[in-house]
Amino acid sequence: MALNYDQALEIYEPTLGLEVHVELNTNSKMFCGCATEFGASPNTQTCPVCLGLPGSLPVVNAKAIESSIRIGLALNCSITPFSRFARKNYFYPDMPKNFQTSQYDEPICVNGYLDVTIDTDEGPKVYRVEIERVHMEEDTGKSLHVGGATGRIHGAEHSLLDYNRAGIPLVEIVTRIVPGTDKYAPEVARAYVAELRDILRSLGVSDVKMEQGSLRCDANVSIAPRGSGTLGTRSETKNVNSLRSVERAVRGEIVRQANRLQAGERIIQETRHFQEESGETRSGRSKEQAEDYRYFPEPDLLPIVADPAWVEELKAALPEKPSIRRKKLQEAWGVPDKEMAAMVNAELLDTVEETVALGAEPTKARSWWLGEVSRLANEKSVEPTSLIKPSEVAEIITLIAAGELTDKLARQVVEGVINGEGTPRSVIEKRGLKVVSDDSALMVAIEAAIAAAPDVADRVRGGNIPAAGALIGAVMKATGGQADAAKVRELLLKHLGQG
Amino acid sequence: MSTPIIHQTAAEMSADLASGSVTAVELANAHYDRIAAVDGDVHAFLHLDREGALAQAASVDASRKAGEKLHPLAGVPLALKDVLTQKGVPTTCGSKMLEGWRPPYDSTVVANLKKAGVVILGKTNMDEFAMGSSTENSAYGPTHNPWDLSRIPGGSGGGSSAALAAFEAPLAIGTDTGGSIRQPAAVTGTVGVKPTYGAVSRYGLVAFSSSLDQAGPCARTVLDTAMLHEVIAGYDAKDSTSINAPVGKMIEAAKKLDVKGMKIGVVKELSGEGYQAGVLTRFNEALDLLVAAGAEIVEVSTPSFEYALAAYYLIAPSETSSNLARFDSMRYGIRIGDDGSRSAEEVMNMTREVGFGKEVKRRIILGTYALSSGYYDAYYGSAQKVRTLIKRDYEAAFAKVDVLVSPTCPTTAFKIGEKSDDPLAMYLNDVATIPVNLAGIGGMSLPCGLAPEDGLPVGFQIMSPALKDELMYHVGGTLEAALQSKWGKPLYASAPELAVK
Repeated sequence: MALNYDQALEIYEPTLGLEVHVELNTNSKMFCGCATEFGASPNTQTCPVCLGLPGSLPVVNAKAIESSIRIGLALNCSITPFSRFARKNYFYPDMPKNFQTSQYDEPICVNGYLDVTIDTDEGPKVYRVEIERVHMEEDTGKSLHVGGATGRIHGAEHSLLDYNRAGIPLVEIVTRIVPGTDKYAPEVARAYVAELRDILRSLGVSDVKMEQGSLRCDANVSIAPRGSGTLGTRSETKNVNSLRSVERAVRGEIVRQANRLQAGERIIQETRHFQEESGETRSGRSKEQAEDYRYFPEPDLLPIVADPAWVEELKAALPEKPSIRRKKLQEAWGVPDKEMAAMVNAELLDTVEETVALGAEPTKARSWWLGEVSRLANEKSVEPTSLIKPSEVAEIITLIAAGELTDKLARQVVEGVINGEGTPRSVIEKRGLKVVSDDSALMVAIEAAIAAAPDVADRVRGGNIPAAGALIGAVMKATGGQADAAKVRELLLKHLGQG
Repeated sequence: MSTPIIHQTAAEMSADLASGSVTAVELANAHYDRIAAVDGDVHAFLHLDREGALAQAASVDASRKAGEKLHPLAGVPLALKDVLTQKGVPTTCGSKMLEGWRPPYDSTVVANLKKAGVVILGKTNMDEFAMGSSTENSAYGPTHNPWDLSRIPGGSGGGSSAALAAFEAPLAIGTDTGGSIRQPAAVTGTVGVKPTYGAVSRYGLVAFSSSLDQAGPCARTVLDTAMLHEVIAGYDAKDSTSINAPVGKMIEAAKKLDVKGMKIGVVKELSGEGYQAGVLTRFNEALDLLVAAGAEIVEVSTPSFEYALAAYYLIAPSETSSNLARFDSMRYGIRIGDDGSRSAEEVMNMTREVGFGKEVKRRIILGTYALSSGYYDAYYGSAQKVRTLIKRDYEAAFAKVDVLVSPTCPTTAFKIGEKSDDPLAMYLNDVATIPVNLAGIGGMSLPCGLAPEDGLPVGFQIMSPALKDELMYHVGGTLEAALQSKWGKPLYASAPELAVK
């Protein structure tokens, strides 16, 4: 009988460590001037340097150094006065030089931390995740294995190589073992990656899109019998493409390892690949035989010596921490924790903030973005912000507040804007969606409805208020739905002596 | 009978081009004729770019006719070591691995040469990937020393030095990682300069050992090397190790004719046992000439030089093992075994097995071992410490003297095949040149006569502190003038006539 998560946790204690790779959003690559745009045709963003042609030499991208230092500072790291690149030597067809230029024992930032808060049985609890190092490296190219059943290199008929990604600047952020997470390891892992992502986004150094691979998380998990005081053999789970997957991957790995140990098997030190559909991990590359990368200092590059005054300048110019900003916004808007969390999770906090800044009421801004707009975005499988601008949503909300639109009409305006019919104003005009609020115009329609159904009107006059529904319906029909139903009701009842 | 034009120095050719007594096209053709006549025996060239060179020459002639201001070396021919990329022109590095590869870009050295209007005749032979001291390690067959065709022309840049000595070109570019410019210059009676590390951009120089490689000028006279030095040197943003400082006045320094008040240090460790008697004779005679020209000679000791060769043969192969990893048949060069039945890894293995020669494999294996976990500190780490000690020896010496001198190599040119089965004996030939690379300073070799016992050229090495390359030209120019006035003609004029075919 296989152990479930809770059963596994009764016997074993998990240990968690995380490595996050972030693609920087610099305009050019780490060591050459090639463009870094995502999704370009294969091998169109390459040059002698990133193709590793004989004779070519790297030159460090100054912007990448600046971004790395800012990341380190935002994660409370020390910036090392002297750091270096090294060569990590191994053969692989998608690596043009057959070595990766990466920082090794002399990284640019060390010894930081990031505090994350998660909900526990005892209420919210803060975990301090210590950062061991932040270092720079270059990405490899991409291999596409054609033919064969698995899409992996074994059994493929041939392979295609795209070097557009080769040399894209990466920053790797490595934590120490996160102490005391116990059964909350999956939640802590998720909260850490989420908080890190928000920080990186606030710094503007990366697109941080997990699904596109601009933020990649490797979760290192091991388990040991409770109270044993030992560390188990760890696995390194890759291919974790969303926050939800981070949590699922850690959880799944703890359960898998526990069941293996229960069955008397040992844990193999290896990389594992997370499977989105099943939530399980699949065996990857064994790390049992420690590969010898023959690191040595990169002789083609000079050491990096960051001017302390410049580092201080960068530190002073850091944006507000996302956690502090969230707290301030929540207080200003007066929204409950749950709604705040919903905005954060939907990655719409910035958008809502912008909408509020343009005059929309916070609660309304939240509900339009997370409600109607997100629903339509889901239908089309796109980002909500790609459909409509914060300024347009703000305008619609303002019109509702002014009584010029009903919620129902507003939904039609949103639909019109998304369909490309123009600004909210022009959609209202073209579709003729203006609220009929002119009392005399409404009175004409009400009198016409009464004249058309005198018996119903009599019943209302006699005190049968629910019967007014039919007359209201007739008025709404006559005005093409553009009247405010509440207003119609009020005028009608007054006219029939029931107001 | 006047001197045939191909026997002139680059400076003389420059003057003739400027006066209109010869055109760049005529000059290029005269050299191609000479190459056709003698290179069958010498084998200095791997590839001739006649079309490109004649187009460049014609363009220089047209510019001159139009009255444009030209660089003094515009129209002067040059032989390029086959380790530097030239757009569209085959670049093999003397290796089978790169057979047929035409680089899509110019090295910075080539870009600078083209800008000055220098006419690049072709690519010269070399030890594979610049590993060797005899050019016997070329996958395309050895080059022969024009002084004695049964002997080596030095290495790795034996093609460039032989081309100069055989009057196939007045100028050449070499690269020097442990002596590959200076030792070939010494054994062919020509002049070769390894500038301060970082003075000439390495962009487009196919790397052998990145922290040691340096391209430099080669010619038959000190002044010609100075002229070429000023063309190829200078800061290059494409090479992070390039020095951002103005290029010194090398030509001016080469024209100085005395060394009054200069202190010249003779390196004690670079003479004596292992040095051929005739080499030491000619070296000491040259010292007397420098004294006569006003210099004070002092003996200097550099105790760490004893470990230079050992350190070099750890650092250079370590970097080699990594630099040469890219030759995997995936993107360029030859590919072996790709018949659809083998994996990429198998094809890589088969290609590297066939593509690399014995010496290159030896160094890759040595370097892979030296960098391996558990051995790194003992080998690569210790070698770097020795390197620091050698730098300190030089610093201490240069606190006392302006330049240091030594024989360039312990012997004159040896016979082809004599040392090809004894790598250690071969490595020992570079004992006097290697410390310069480890310290990153400048070094020059110029001819100081023929050894009495074998009648072959002897090289005199001048070493100058980093960024003070002009001092080599100053001392070298003075010594060359004194020697030529003693002999009544330059040494190269004594070279035996080659059979013309």
